[in-house]
Amino acid sequence: MSRSLILGAVLSCLVLLAALVSFVWTPHEYAALNIPDKLQSPSAQHWFGTDHFGRDIFSMIMVGARTSIAVALVAVGIGMILGVPLGLAAAAYKGSWLDEGIMRGNDLVFAFPSLIIAILITAVFGAGAINAIIAIGIFNIPVFARITRGAALSLWEREFILAARVSGKGAARISAEHILPNVANLLIVQGTIQFSLGILAEAGLSYVGLGAQPPTPSWGRMLADAQTMVSFAPHLALIPGLAIVVTVLGLNLLGDGLRDWLDPRIRVART
Amino acid sequence: MLRYALKRLISLVISLAVASVVIFTVIEVAPGDPASFMLGVNAQPDTLAALRAELGLDVSRGQRYLNWVGGMLVGDFGTSYTYRTPVSQMIADRLWVSLPLALYALILSTLIAFPAGLYAAARRGRPGDLAVMGATQLGIAVPNFWFAMMLVLIFAIDLPWFNAGGFAGWDEGLWTGLHSLTLPALALALPQGAILARVMRSSLLDIMGEDFMRTARAKGLSRRQALWRHGVRNALIPVLTIIGLQFSFLLAGSIIIEQVFYLPGLGRLMFQAISARDLIVVESVVMLLVFAVVSVNFLVDLAYAAVDPRLRNRI
Amino acid sequence: MIRQTLRTFGSVLALSVGFLTTQAFAKSDITIAMQLEPPHLDPTSAAAQAIDSVVYTNVFEGLTRFMGDGSIVPGLADSWEISDDGTVYTFRLRDGVTFHDGTSMDAEDVKFSLDRATADDSANAQKSLFDGIETVEVIDPLTVRITLSEPNGNFLFNLAWGDAVIVAPETIGDIKTNPVGTGAYTFGEWVQGDSITLNRNPDYWGDQPALETATFKFIADPSAAFAAMMAEDVDVFDNFPAPENLPQFEADPRFQVLVGSTEGETILSTNNRQAPFDDIRVRQALAHAIDRQAIIDGAMFGYGTPIGTHFAPHHPAYVDLTGQSAYDPDKARALLAEAGFADGFETTLHLPPPSYARRGGEIIAAQLAEVGITAEIINVEWAQWLESVFKGKDFGLTIVSHTEPMDIGIYARPDYYFQYESTDFQALMDLLNTTNAPDERAKLMAEAQRLIATDYVNGYLFQLAKLGVAKAGVQGLWENAPTAAIDLTQISWSE
Repeated sequence: MSRSLILGAVLSCLVLLAALVSFVWTPHEYAALNIPDKLQSPSAQHWFGTDHFGRDIFSMIMVGARTSIAVALVAVGIGMILGVPLGLAAAAYKGSWLDEGIMRGNDLVFAFPSLIIAILITAVFGAGAINAIIAIGIFNIPVFARITRGAALSLWEREFILAARVSGKGAARISAEHILPNVANLLIVQGTIQFSLGILAEAGLSYVGLGAQPPTPSWGRMLADAQTMVSFAPHLALIPGLAIVVTVLGLNLLGDGLRDWLDPRIRVART
Repeated sequence: MLRYALKRLISLVISLAVASVVIFTVIEVAPGDPASFMLGVNAQPDTLAALRAELGLDVSRGQRYLNWVGGMLVGDFGTSYTYRTPVSQMIADRLWVSLPLALYALILSTLIAFPAGLYAAARRGRPGDLAVMGATQLGIAVPNFWFAMMLVLIFAIDLPWFNAGGFAGWDEGLWTGLHSLTLPALALALPQGAILARVMRSSLLDIMGEDFMRTARAKGLSRRQALWRHGVRNALIPVLTIIGLQFSFLLAGSIIIEQVFYLPGLGRLMFQAISARDLIVVESVVMLLVFAVVSVNFLVDLAYAAVDPRLRNRI
Repeated sequence: MIRQTLRTFGSVLALSVGFLTTQAFAKSDITIAMQLEPPHLDPTSAAAQAIDSVVYTNVFEGLTRFMGDGSIVPGLADSWEISDDGTVYTFRLRDGVTFHDGTSMDAEDVKFSLDRATADDSANAQKSLFDGIETVEVIDPLTVRITLSEPNGNFLFNLAWGDAVIVAPETIGDIKTNPVGTGAYTFGEWVQGDSITLNRNPDYWGDQPALETATFKFIADPSAAFAAMMAEDVDVFDNFPAPENLPQFEADPRFQVLVGSTEGETILSTNNRQAPFDDIRVRQALAHAIDRQAIIDGAMFGYGTPIGTHFAPHHPAYVDLTGQSAYDPDKARALLAEAGFADGFETTLHLPPPSYARRGGEIIAAQLAEVGITAEIINVEWAQWLESVFKGKDFGLTIVSHTEPMDIGIYARPDYYFQYESTDFQALMDLLNTTNAPDERAKLMAEAQRLIATDYVNGYLFQLAKLGVAKAGVQGLWENAPTAAIDLTQISWSE
């Protein structure tokens, strides 16, 4: 176990813990406005200070972790659930029209500038967490499809797959029983990376006002709200920014550490 | 090789065609009418109808799509609903900001990444390597718009070294132009540079394991000399690929950074056009960016195939 | 420009030289920032206020014009006579006025401009300003007679709007990109996405203004606005978008802050025909659930005057009715229970982009939650707002600042988006339109204000403040905004 794995696990767990605890306890009611107490610096009463409506920033960061994790996690889920079967199918029928179609579809999605499409999607269907998830999730599909296909292709050449083939198993069954377990490690590592990218993407979308809508706190929107106030209340921008950095850093370290730990040979695409 | 190139070219054209349909459909479905946005709340129905006719919004969607695509094929992107100027002209003007910004960021990111990657690779496993790798991890984790906010706070408000934003135009001189693009380029370059540094390092380390590097060491070259003479050149291929891909990413990714620094680039144009429902501008900008990404991918594929003939048979 | 180039070197020496050069060239230019860029430069065919901010009174002039205090004074018309029955206006035009292309401005141009605005295919965004114009006749080159179908007490006021400026038939073709008017400034250059420059018109009919050139710079982002002002990249910010930054400018001797009033009644518009808002008790409950002061403090950082009806507090006929809808959550809960909503209800709150709406909306949603009403926040762009809220009337609540001057008349239109229908109010407005005696009018206006407050048509929040920031030496800026305008002719630098 490497240092980066441990550090990454600690940071990630910290954020996850904050998100989970926020369901049962936050130091203050996160949505409660208290305008006379606005823009306070960190103190014993408010550990991270208060925002422009007098809300407790520590509580908002905790609940914001929930938002970020939920959006990124579901987006990774969408990418895996749709992308992995596509990748397996493409590898199983290598060179066929199916493979060709899936790979061309991948290229097409990759060709779209993701942020711009996310902005368009939310402009058409309205801003909100669900649409942010969809917008981020769509771009995870080709990532998982491509990496699954790549790993599966080399597995199909191996003897144990040939053996399974000879014993009369169909392509679907081989993919599920033999290929999938062997690419699982790779998927876990790539999933961690996509998860951290999802956190960044969610922050970016909610920064331009297209993520989770108020009163649900989100780190990106906290930054956007803070933007005009950095000059006299820098903690408003520093704290949510650091929360993003800690989370993404933790997940990246975790991903790298997992990769080295699970299988030093595998390569992970970082888009 | 020619067959391979032709095949890739056909798939490029298909991609673009599908993209144009998707873009057009998504944007046309969006609620909001450009004419009523322009005339505001007191507009009378006959006034609105007159304006819609003037803008060419009274023809069918299918006809509008054909007009749009047909125009683009001959380089005519149509006329902006709100500005009433040719879209191609507007895009060209904005490209003079976005393109140099992306290039500048690319250069900065390369300038950060090369020495950092080389240094780390040469000191593999030692404190210098760990420090560089730690720093790049941090660089990847920082959202660029937040980094931009911090840069403005420090270098434009606390220390008056740079303008907080805006772009005076290249007429004011190259130096003035570059100066106002420095903070935005830096904000864009940091995460990209961090990624690039890691790619540089790992590709150098791969190279060092190769036989010809061992031979070079055996010939008596020091580790650093071997790295310089043989390693760097061979490690460049993956690095150049990433740079190619990053360029289109930077072009599209500057959209938020342009907001932070109020630069009159493509991103700002797109945000303005979305809120004004200037549909034809939005469609054309997105199409242009898709075109940029697709053609960079195409070129990267071709370059790869030229270097490594084995790839031509794949797909 | 010289300063800009020098500053980039960043050295103390260069800065001090730059300082000397600015002194030597002594302030005949100004850079004025505004948040929105005009879509084009024809004030007679778009609703965008940004167009008026740049060209009104600077490039284009009307027969009458607004002054900074809201009064109406002669513009291109020197004087006028009104017939006894109030239907015939005879305008005497100023002599020797030319357009920027050298052609003279005469009665034919006035007729052209007004006919163009009232034509069937007119693209005028405020076509109703010209309702009732029957004929426009050219009596002689400097005399125009306008005949109305019925008397209109607001006619001279209507003609002062930016939508009623005088344009020339020769140059109308490319007015959108190259406006040619009669004003003290000519159109210079437009760097799209960045700025518009105007130059002094040496042939102007009136007094020569102090400034030689003026550059309007477009800075949409509030934080960029702050940074640009602090770095002195711009000299004036016309309507500063971030009230939270004003204390810093006030504390800094380099700047002055001008706090005035706009014509914007900021209201919580309520869909009067949608259940449960068709029940007056529910609307009254809304009114009592809202703490105006908290909204003004939280969303506008204290800038803004509470209002209790749809009328500007600086208007002489204003009646303070805020007491009638004072903050009283208990009363709100009781009213809701009486209306059968003891457990509250759910509705939507559509918020357009300005920060008064987005921030105010967050506060209002929290205040409504206190009395049991769950308002789902839906942030929309203006184009969407126009389509779904204003035209489609598909909303429960929304927050908008109604920035047109003297617009209480919208309550007489039952198909207006908040769908208030009251024959009493409509009769009141009909009476007002045909009444000319000032105290009679004031009485009717007071009655109208009371009627909509008593019917709790909308939640009345505050009058939007105009927050200007400028360098200390700038003089002659409008403090209030009777209409969207940046009147360059009045602006100068002090020593």
